[in-house]
Amino acid sequence: MNTIQKHILSIGLMLAVFAIGSTSLVVITENATRDKIADNERQTLLNAINTLVPAANYNNDILSDTLEIGPIKALSTTTATTVYRARQNEHAIAAIFTSIAPNGYNGKITLLIGIYQTGELAGVRVIMHKETPGLGDKIDERKSNWITQFSGLSLSNPKSSKWAVKKDGGQFDQFTGATITPRAVIQAVKNALHYFEQHQNTLFEQRPEKHYD
Amino acid sequence: MTEQYQSIIRDGLWKNNPALVQLLGLCPLLAVSNTVINGLGLGLATLLTLVASNGLVSLFRHQIPDEVRLPVFVMIIASIVTAIELSMSAWFHELYLILGIFIPLIVTNCAITGRAEAFAARNAVGPALVDGFMMGLGFAAVLFLLGALREIIGQGTLFSEAHLMFGESARYFKIIIIEDYRGFLMALLPPGAFIGLGLIVALKNVVDARQTAKMTASPTATQADNSALQQH
Repeated sequence: MNTIQKHILSIGLMLAVFAIGSTSLVVITENATRDKIADNERQTLLNAINTLVPAANYNNDILSDTLEIGPIKALSTTTATTVYRARQNEHAIAAIFTSIAPNGYNGKITLLIGIYQTGELAGVRVIMHKETPGLGDKIDERKSNWITQFSGLSLSNPKSSKWAVKKDGGQFDQFTGATITPRAVIQAVKNALHYFEQHQNTLFEQRPEKHYD
Repeated sequence: MTEQYQSIIRDGLWKNNPALVQLLGLCPLLAVSNTVINGLGLGLATLLTLVASNGLVSLFRHQIPDEVRLPVFVMIIASIVTAIELSMSAWFHELYLILGIFIPLIVTNCAITGRAEAFAARNAVGPALVDGFMMGLGFAAVLFLLGALREIIGQGTLFSEAHLMFGESARYFKIIIIEDYRGFLMALLPPGAFIGLGLIVALKNVVDARQTAKMTASPTATQADNSALQQH
């Protein structure tokens, strides 16, 4: 082996040593934080669910009482999503699931929607969106309380024609300079209510089963 | 030794500021400077990464073969960023939920590779740590300034949504600069970032030019003007 080959070999070995070193750093950190992160994520999800359906209203382990549903056209979901079911002494109380408004100003708006077994909305929250800062992003609960007005509404309250922004003759406020965003959210919430009404029985099925639309 | 530190501090904060002079790390800088709080969040995360990466690179500077130093820097930086991201998610989960999206952006910040290459690989651990801190501070300061500029012009406020970073009690940090402001959308959108940064760079150049003019000021005014002209 000549000197050049030796040189290349030694550089390659050093590179490998650093690769092992930096990978070890990631592995060690991942090991030390895995349980804590899983715990935190569980807690965050539970908090999000409890802002929609208060913890006092149900007594089951809601994070385990779930149902996987495949991509659903009515909810505009493109991957399987999870439905969380709240029950009080085995009686169905509410379902919490993901719905997507596909026609936001800047693409998809992902919503978490809670609906009581009576068909009344427990609440709606925006989990992910790319709407314009200062205009459309008022749908985010952290920026404005617009999204909280859905709590307590249902398909019969208000009547179907009022499920629109005021500009379109409905009862919901649009934002100054942004009508497309609230319009998309209102439509998505209405679609979710329809979906719930049609699939209520299967959504609360006791044994977790695959369900496709 | 103290002189070296002084020059490091001057370089990081002003003379060789990563955002204003080296114009490095513009991708994250322009993407998340629409409000003060966003700017501050990314600034602090970058500061932390710069200090850690400079420290590690400097510590191993005699072992890193010259020919493959860049891949080694990239591995070190990427693993530090991942480790920071995981640790934050574990121990500061609330903060992570807010800053989480900015952290992977830091890997794309070439100011960090730049400092590893230009400074940490050639200097002892002490100066390398100070350099990382000062460069990070200089970067964070520009982010803060640009965020403030865009937030005031864009929505007429300062420190809006401070509770995302400092908790519920910070909800009242928000200062309304202009009452009943209708907003100026362009400042919040990407063009506003470019124009804003351009203005700040221009301002820095004006201040520098004034400084040079003063330094070279001689008894007669014409000579001073001339030398200022020659400088630029």
